[in-house]
Amino acid sequence: MENYAGNYVVVVIFILLGILLPVAALTAGRLLRPSKPTDPKQTTYESGNEPVGEGQVRFNVRYYLFALMFVIFDVETVFLYPWAVAYNKLGLFVFFEMLIFAGMLLIGLLYAWKKKVLKWNSV
Amino acid sequence: MPPWLNESLTWGNALILFLWAAVFLLIVLGFVTYAIYFERKVIGWMQLRIGPNRVGPLGLLQTVADIFKLLIKEDTIPRKADRLLFVLAPVLAYVPAFSVLAVLPYTQKLYFADLNVGLLYYVALSGITTLAIVLGGWASNNKYALLGGMRSAAQMISYEVPLVISVVGVILLSGSLNLREIVMAQDGGWFWNWNFLPQIVGFVVFIIAAVSELNRTPFDLPEAESELVAGYHVEYSGFRFAFFMLSEYVYVYAIAALTTVLFLGGWHAPAPFLEFVPGIVWFLLKFAFIVFFLFWIRATFPRIRVDQLMALGWKVLLPAALLNVFLTAAYLELFIK
Repeated sequence: MENYAGNYVVVVIFILLGILLPVAALTAGRLLRPSKPTDPKQTTYESGNEPVGEGQVRFNVRYYLFALMFVIFDVETVFLYPWAVAYNKLGLFVFFEMLIFAGMLLIGLLYAWKKKVLKWNSV
Repeated sequence: MPPWLNESLTWGNALILFLWAAVFLLIVLGFVTYAIYFERKVIGWMQLRIGPNRVGPLGLLQTVADIFKLLIKEDTIPRKADRLLFVLAPVLAYVPAFSVLAVLPYTQKLYFADLNVGLLYYVALSGITTLAIVLGGWASNNKYALLGGMRSAAQMISYEVPLVISVVGVILLSGSLNLREIVMAQDGGWFWNWNFLPQIVGFVVFIIAAVSELNRTPFDLPEAESELVAGYHVEYSGFRFAFFMLSEYVYVYAIAALTTVLFLGGWHAPAPFLEFVPGIVWFLLKFAFIVFFLFWIRATFPRIRVDQLMALGWKVLLPAALLNVFLTAAYLELFIK
């Protein structure tokens, strides 16, 4: 790995190409496609009816508690990855350490389960 | 491409790399074109229809005609939409889809970037596309689109966790996040050395969560045609719609290649006496099988309900993935160390 930066140049090239394709295609498309905007064309689609009220309404998002749990478990994965990579070089100690850590989060999951967070019509 | 990586980096080398990546982009676009054709054909056959057969011989130019139609179609942006975000969303969906392909190895010598955090890079970038879907749904200022975007967010947060944890077992076995080293760790001559048998629980969880992350049937709730019309891209037309479509199929490519690399032994042959066949052939065979498998389940399964989706993710897949991690770790502790 003496020339490791080269690999990140490849990544940058891929990201640049990823940006370049949509920009080029949409610019080329602008020259090719017609543009005749009319008022009915630009209304919001609502199955052919006149749109009622605003589109960006607030509604009860049932899964905001899922989102909280996601944050917790996502952090756990951040700890799991380096643990898994270094596992073979470390002792028995880290196995139980991670078991306790994951166990505590699992207790949290069970608690949320018991509190009916995971049910659709709980809130 | 290794030869250029080992030389010192000059502008000339960077240009050659850029050209190789551009060739690769064309290959991926070709894959997407014929994956769509093949998907329509396969689903057609499974439903006792013929599928596309009019444009070109055997309908082979059907997708080309579709792309051309999208290119010359008028691009309508609703008056109430948030213009900047509306324009930004398809691009934001596509860029990570293509960028994740940089780390995938095809054979021992054929790969682009050899990152030692390859798997983490893949997982981190693929999450960004969900952001684009939520953004597109919100910016459209349309009720269907908003519901589709919100569903996508819920689905992503429920399935990202099992997906990420299910591959920890693979990392434990190979001791690396580098995708090439993960393939090399599966070297043993026979197919039972590949990760899918020792990691059968992780493999099943990974496949289910991956299909869900792809937003494909039976988990295609964000775009459920029969209830949300088209979900988050209902207001998109022309080439902006095409980029949402394109990023979906580029992810099919990425997931199929990643499954091959992580669980199906990459370029290794299934038996020692078959090793005279070049590695790229084995890679492409396994890759093609996964792609076919994705089309197959699309033709077979009905769409599941949103609460069933959430329950499956949290109550089944997440505990199973965690159990798999600790079973693998205990096995390594007891028998290998």
